[in-house]
Amino acid sequence: MFARGLKRKCVGHEEDVEGALAGLKTVSSYSLQRQSLLDMSLVKLQLCHMLVEPNLCRSVLIANTVRQIQEEMTQDGTWRAVAPQAAGRAPLDRLVSTEILCRAAWEQEGACPAPGLGDGHTQGPVSDLCPVTSAQAPRHPQSSVWEMDGPRENRGSFHKSLDQIFETLETKNPSCMEELFSDVDSPYYDLDTVLTGMMGGARPGPCEGLEGLAPATPGPSASCKSDLGELDHVVEILVET
Amino acid sequence: MEEDIDTRKINNSFLRDHSYATEADIISTVEFNHTGELLATGDKGGRVVIFQREQESKNQVHRRGEYNVYSTFQSHEPEFDYLKSLEIEEKINKIRWLPQQNATYFLLSTNDKTVKLWKVSERDKRPEGYNLKDEEGRLRDPATITTLRVPVLRPMDLMVEATPRRVFANAHTYHINSISVNSDYETYMSADDLRINLWNFEITNQSFNIVDIKPANMEELTEVITAAEFHPHHCNTFVYSSSKGTIRLCDMRASALCDRHTKFFEEPEDPSNRSFFSEIISSISDVKFSHSGRYIMTRDYLTVKVWDLNMENRPIETYQVHDYLRSKLCSLYENDCIFDKFECVWNGSDSVIMTGSYNNFFRMFDRNTKRDVTLEASRENSKPRAILKPRKVCVGGKRRKDEISVDSLDFSKKILHTAWHPSENIIAVAGVQITYIYSRTRLTRWTSYYLIISHTEY
Repeated sequence: MFARGLKRKCVGHEEDVEGALAGLKTVSSYSLQRQSLLDMSLVKLQLCHMLVEPNLCRSVLIANTVRQIQEEMTQDGTWRAVAPQAAGRAPLDRLVSTEILCRAAWEQEGACPAPGLGDGHTQGPVSDLCPVTSAQAPRHPQSSVWEMDGPRENRGSFHKSLDQIFETLETKNPSCMEELFSDVDSPYYDLDTVLTGMMGGARPGPCEGLEGLAPATPGPSASCKSDLGELDHVVEILVET
Repeated sequence: MEEDIDTRKINNSFLRDHSYATEADIISTVEFNHTGELLATGDKGGRVVIFQREQESKNQVHRRGEYNVYSTFQSHEPEFDYLKSLEIEEKINKIRWLPQQNATYFLLSTNDKTVKLWKVSERDKRPEGYNLKDEEGRLRDPATITTLRVPVLRPMDLMVEATPRRVFANAHTYHINSISVNSDYETYMSADDLRINLWNFEITNQSFNIVDIKPANMEELTEVITAAEFHPHHCNTFVYSSSKGTIRLCDMRASALCDRHTKFFEEPEDPSNRSFFSEIISSISDVKFSHSGRYIMTRDYLTVKVWDLNMENRPIETYQVHDYLRSKLCSLYENDCIFDKFECVWNGSDSVIMTGSYNNFFRMFDRNTKRDVTLEASRENSKPRAILKPRKVCVGGKRRKDEISVDSLDFSKKILHTAWHPSENIIAVAGVQITYIYSRTRLTRWTSYYLIISHTEY
C-alpha cells in the first residue's frame, strides 16, 4: 500500500535525518520542514479543489493548518513568497523531514515551534527558546508584495476565504503560488468565476431572503471588497433563483 | 435443525459476480435496531442490507440466533446537480432506526443530500379466491362466472418488502454527516457541515433550521459541524461536535435558532503536545450520548473521551486508542489518513466503549475495570466460534512474537463503523466489504460468533 511503502522509506530516512539533526540544532532545519509542510498543504488544497465537490471539513482543517504556518512564519519574519515550483515538487527527503514537525514542541532541540498565534507564550520552556528563534532567524529577501505591508495587513491577508484560494487555483496557473496570498483584486470576482460553481458549498454570502444584500463585513481592504462583495451577492441571487 | 426450511425470497437484484468485490460494496454505516433483532448496513453503492436474528430454537437453548439476510434494497441512487455541475454520491452516510411500534420496521437512511424514510414490512399471507381474477391474476370474463365466493387469506412464502415512505430533500447545501431520531418519535434532525435542520416525519417539504454556523463571509470559516445527536430522553436537548474539538449542547426551548449553546464542552489544550497537527487531531469525528443520557462520548483522531454533562471544562475519562500514531502524524497527514472519521459506540449498560483503528483492529475499553483490549477483525480470525485473540502493537524496539510493529500496520484496513447490540454482548464491526459480528459468552474472551459475508457473496 502507498502508506506502507512510504513508511518503510520514512524509517530509513528518519534515522538518517535524526542522526544528522542531532548535531545540527539550528532553526533553519525547522524552517525547512515547516516549509515542506506548507507546500504539502497547498498541494492538498489544490488537489481537493480538483475533485467534484471537496470535503469541506478536510478543506477547512488544511486551510487552518496553512494559516497557522503562515502566522508563525510571519512572527519569525521568515515569510516569503512560495516559489512557484515548490507546489509541484515533492521530493521524498523534504517530505520525510517534516516528520520532525510532528514531535511535540519541547522535544525539538534548538527549534521553537511556538503556537505562534500571536498572543504571547504560555509555557516557560517554550518562551525561553522563542527569543532565540527570533534573533537567529535568517532574513530572507522580501520579494512579495505581501511583505511590504504592515503587520496588520499581514494578519488581515491571512484570512483569505477558502473560496479565494480555490478560485485562484482554478483560474490561475498553479505555479503562481505567490498570488495566492496577495490581496484580492478584481480578477477574483469575475462573473465567470462565480458562476462556475466549483466550490458549490462554499460560496460567499448566500442570499437567503433579505440579509444577502447587505455589504460584506469590511475587511482590511474594505472599499474594494465591499463593492465586489455586493456584486457577488447580486450574482448569487441570480444564480440561486 | 428440523424447522421449516427458510424459504424467504431474497431480492435477487443485489446478487453480483462473486469473483471480485467492487468499490460499491464498501460498507459505510452499521446500525442495530432498538431491540437488536435487526442489523442494517449501508454501503457506498447506496444499498441497504438488513440482517435479522434467527429466533432461538427451543431445542438448542444455548445456541445463539444467527443473523441472516432479511431484506436488501437500493436506498439512494447517484444524482447530478445540474446547477452546480456536481455529482451527488449515493453512498449511505448514516442509518437510524425508528423505535418499533408494530409489526413493521422503519428506518432513516441518508446520503450527502437527501434523507429517506423506509418502511420494511413482511407479507406472509395473500388473498386467494378472487371472483374476477383467476389464480394467475388474469381477468375473467364476467359472463363466465356462475358462483360467487369470498376471497380468503392463505399463507404464502414470506416476502419482505421495503418501500420508501418519505423523501426529505433539498434542505442541505452541504454534506449531511448525521441524522438523529428524537425521543418524541415525531421529529428528527439532520446535520451537515454548517447547518442542522429539524424535521417532522410527516412533512417532507419543510424543515426548521435550528443551528447555522455559516459565517456571513466564508472568509471567516474556520470550523464545521462534524456530528450531532439528540438526547435519548429529553426531546428538547441535542449536542453537536465541531472540527475544533468542541461540543455544544443546545436546548430547543431557549430559542428557535440554537446558535447560542446552553453548554460548551472543551478541554484545554496541552501546550506540551502542541504541533501543527494539533487542531486536526482534535477534530471530533463522532459524538454519542450514553444510554443513560448522563454522559457523552467523543472520538477524535487519537482518543476517545467521556464527558459528564454536568462538567464542561474537561472530560471525565480519556482513552488512548492508538497513541503510537502520534509520532507518525506527518505521514498520516500526507496520505490523508489523518482525516479518517472513526465512530464510537457504547454497550447497552454504558460500561464498555468501543471504537475502531487501523489494520482491522478495534478497541474496547471497560470503564469500570479500566482494562482495554485490541481485537482484529479478519476473515482468518473469524471462523465460527473461534476465539478472538487480543492483539498488541509494539512501539519500542523489541517486538514479541505476537506483536505487530507500528510500521507494519496496514492503513488501508480501517474499522470506521461499529455497532453494539442494545442489550446483549453482540457487536457488529464493518470492515471494508465485510461485516463481522462477534458475541461474547459468559467467558471473558470474545468469541467469533458469526461472520457475515459481504453483500456480494450471497
